[in-house]
Amino acid sequence: MDMVVHQAQKLVVVGNGMAGMRTVKEILQRAPGRFDVTVFGAEPHPNYDRIMLSPLLAGEKTFEQIVINSHEWYINNNIELVAGEHVDWIDRETKTVRGANGTVRPYDVLLLATGSNPFTLPLPGVNRPGVMTFRSVADVEDMIAVAAPGKKAVVIGGGLLGLEAAHGLNLRGMDVSVVHLMPTLMERQLDASAAHLLERALTQRGMTIYTSANTDHFDGDGEDGAVTAVVLKDGTRIEADLVVMAVGIRPNSGLARAVGLACERGVVVDDHMCTSDPAIYAIGECIEHNKQCYGLVAPIWDMAKVAADHICGVASSAFTPVASGTRLKVSGIEMFSAGEFLGDKTTEDVVLRDAARGIYKRLVLRDNKLAGVVCFGDARDAGWYFQLLKDAQDLADLRETMIFGPVAASDPSEALAATPESAEICGCNGVKKGAILDAIAAHGLCSIDDVRARTKASASCGSCTGLVEGLLKLSLGAGYAPAAVKPMCKCTSHGHDEVRRRIVSAELKTIPAVMQALEWQTPDGCASCRPALNFYLLCAWPGEYQDDAQSRFVNERMHGNIQKDGTYSVVPRMWGGMTDAAQLRAIADVVDKYNIPAVKLTGGQRVDMLGVKKEDLPAVWKDLNEAGFVSGHAYGKALRTVKTCVGSEWCRFGVQDSTAMGIALEKATWGSWHPHKVKLAVSGCPRNCAESTIKDFGVVATEAGWDLHVGGNGGIKVRATELLCKVTTEEEVMEYACAFLQLYREEARYLERTAHWIERVGLKYVQEKMVDNAELRRSLYAKFLHAQSYAQKDPWAEQTEDKQAQKFGAMAELA
Amino acid sequence: MMDGLQKDVFFADIGALEDIPRLGARCVKTPAGDIAIFRTARDSVFALRDKCPHKNGPLSQGIVHGESVTCPLHGWVISLRTGAAEGPDVGCTPHFAVKIENGRVLLAVSAPL
Repeated sequence: MDMVVHQAQKLVVVGNGMAGMRTVKEILQRAPGRFDVTVFGAEPHPNYDRIMLSPLLAGEKTFEQIVINSHEWYINNNIELVAGEHVDWIDRETKTVRGANGTVRPYDVLLLATGSNPFTLPLPGVNRPGVMTFRSVADVEDMIAVAAPGKKAVVIGGGLLGLEAAHGLNLRGMDVSVVHLMPTLMERQLDASAAHLLERALTQRGMTIYTSANTDHFDGDGEDGAVTAVVLKDGTRIEADLVVMAVGIRPNSGLARAVGLACERGVVVDDHMCTSDPAIYAIGECIEHNKQCYGLVAPIWDMAKVAADHICGVASSAFTPVASGTRLKVSGIEMFSAGEFLGDKTTEDVVLRDAARGIYKRLVLRDNKLAGVVCFGDARDAGWYFQLLKDAQDLADLRETMIFGPVAASDPSEALAATPESAEICGCNGVKKGAILDAIAAHGLCSIDDVRARTKASASCGSCTGLVEGLLKLSLGAGYAPAAVKPMCKCTSHGHDEVRRRIVSAELKTIPAVMQALEWQTPDGCASCRPALNFYLLCAWPGEYQDDAQSRFVNERMHGNIQKDGTYSVVPRMWGGMTDAAQLRAIADVVDKYNIPAVKLTGGQRVDMLGVKKEDLPAVWKDLNEAGFVSGHAYGKALRTVKTCVGSEWCRFGVQDSTAMGIALEKATWGSWHPHKVKLAVSGCPRNCAESTIKDFGVVATEAGWDLHVGGNGGIKVRATELLCKVTTEEEVMEYACAFLQLYREEARYLERTAHWIERVGLKYVQEKMVDNAELRRSLYAKFLHAQSYAQKDPWAEQTEDKQAQKFGAMAELA
Repeated sequence: MMDGLQKDVFFADIGALEDIPRLGARCVKTPAGDIAIFRTARDSVFALRDKCPHKNGPLSQGIVHGESVTCPLHGWVISLRTGAAEGPDVGCTPHFAVKIENGRVLLAVSAPL
């Protein structure tokens, strides 16, 4: 009797990229265990998200963060991964593939997903070291090896890929130029007006853009030395330490062509993604379907489903390309385009421009239907426009208001109710309306945070928050009670916490970017929100954010405390309140030299020189700098003083060396910016002569070690500190102090003293975060030290440079 | 308004637009006191007496936003165009004619006698 043995078929996938692995996942869903799968990948990595190469280049993501399927995934799914070996032959007779290192695997079904290759311009000097492409992790590693702040990069190609490379290199501090052959950037996705806005925005971010620029050759040292410049046909010479060629891609169809499969530009496939050999399928950027090649992800996901249906034999679907829109973000600017956005003689335009906010929208209509759309600077309504375009909806009723989006077109809740369940609400995380409604019903969600935690909708860039709120309202009716939030100021409806969250999650890195993304209602904010935003950005992006002097209150801009008659007070730092004869003599000399009318000892154990004229400030600082002083930051929302007593060195009651502890704390924390002023103190015994218990962070020595107190202040309403915890060593005092300051920096609202912050969140919350959780405490400590590596620059020394000094003098003098 | 406007008025070159930071100000010294020259985000320039109508705070040191400046001393908001206090506060500081030509800032002054 014959036994029927059900043996797994062999599926070999050539290409370990996004298209191939997506198809494998679709196959595993449809027919788990049906195939023994082997995957060949030319790159020595597991499968990663190629769209994320730009954040990888910018240093915003690590390689681990862009991996889609780890090695464990392959093992768990019983998939053999042959990484780092490209396939150089397919024997269609014997149905085997052979890798370059000799690995041979038989197949029943073969899937080609070989992707595309970057197109390289065959120009003189193209082989010089330093000229590279932008397509793989290896390319990014090559770029990072050369990239350094101040070095020069030239990107050839002002399309999507080129601008992503340019953005990444710009964030690495490189001096970036973009050379583009066409008269406008990204001409395949943007019309001339939007491209102009983009060019302006990139220029403002420090890039230099050359359009209608034709590259002639690459100069370098000697015959084949490293590249030093890009020379254009018109003779323009652009210095370059690094050249990135991003002029386009072409399907990687060489292997298919060599083994006799039908090929044009790409591997020709039918509607089932099958090649001219019925045992071989192909998918992704390597194929050509109805004379069309593809480079965007959405149609490739559709191909993966169709290919899986046929490979598993479960359905007879067909690939039909649908209009696809391009939604992208370059340098934090949202853009969207779809359809015939350039228009022609048979179309009409409806255009909205909001120059102040850098917004441009163009709707292209034909026969009262939407034929194309471009959105620049605001792509919130892109999904709605795209749906109208796909549905070829008659726009007679909508035409007048549709440029303002669905909200203006009808009652917003009705529009949202009418949106199909399949409509995407959150573009970042691909969450559809139906999924959000289901989650609200199934888990009893009742707040935005609940929805974010459960579905990830609105958890990334946050631009769909309004829509998610609308869905909560639809589901819960009157039961939805959003927490009342006090807006930051009259310029916005957002509260401080939401603004801070969005700065981090949407990676907003300039004040205009925040105002744009959060829809500020004034062109450039006000005296209340600008200093707050400046601090939030400084705190979120240390070393990266460019401090905006014009958004700082006068004291922080002038590095002195403005007095009621318009003069300034100057307070040099005295570490832990210690001084000596040389310092006092230098101060006396400065007082005499500049006729400073008053000198006073401050409550923070240092010397205040009052009544210094604005134009004398740079010279006063220079003299004080030369005597070894740095700014005391007595004027800023910053670390002010660390007050100490003489401690065990001198005092008969002292049990620890409080002076040395105080000096160490001040040396570690000076220069740090905070939501409000911050004062520290260290007392050498519980008699507490340094008044540690009315300080933001107060340290009191005991026989056994140190008591750490937080949240005290003097001021209008005196508040004594609360005991945070007890520690034993100086190292612990340092770690806890810095971690506390960092938590305060990250979580308090601007102009909220530690006292008010702790009253709002509760001492217990602070203890959970940084006493009970040692890991979090160490991470806060590390973040503080990292920020300090940029912040500890003496503002006085920087300001005495001649060119800076000019801002303190008059612009002109009229007789 | 400057009381010399009906007399012989001419525009004095007081410097380049680039000498003034965007959303900032610089001062011009005159025998009658300092005049603050403001530059907005969109590169308009305005000139006001550098004294807040409230308690003479130096407006040139305030934060510029839109076409207003917030006085650094007590937070009054002054219109750059008119010199008048905005909101509930009442008061006005003198303003002067100023214009930009070829990147240079020109301030209206009455002819010297």
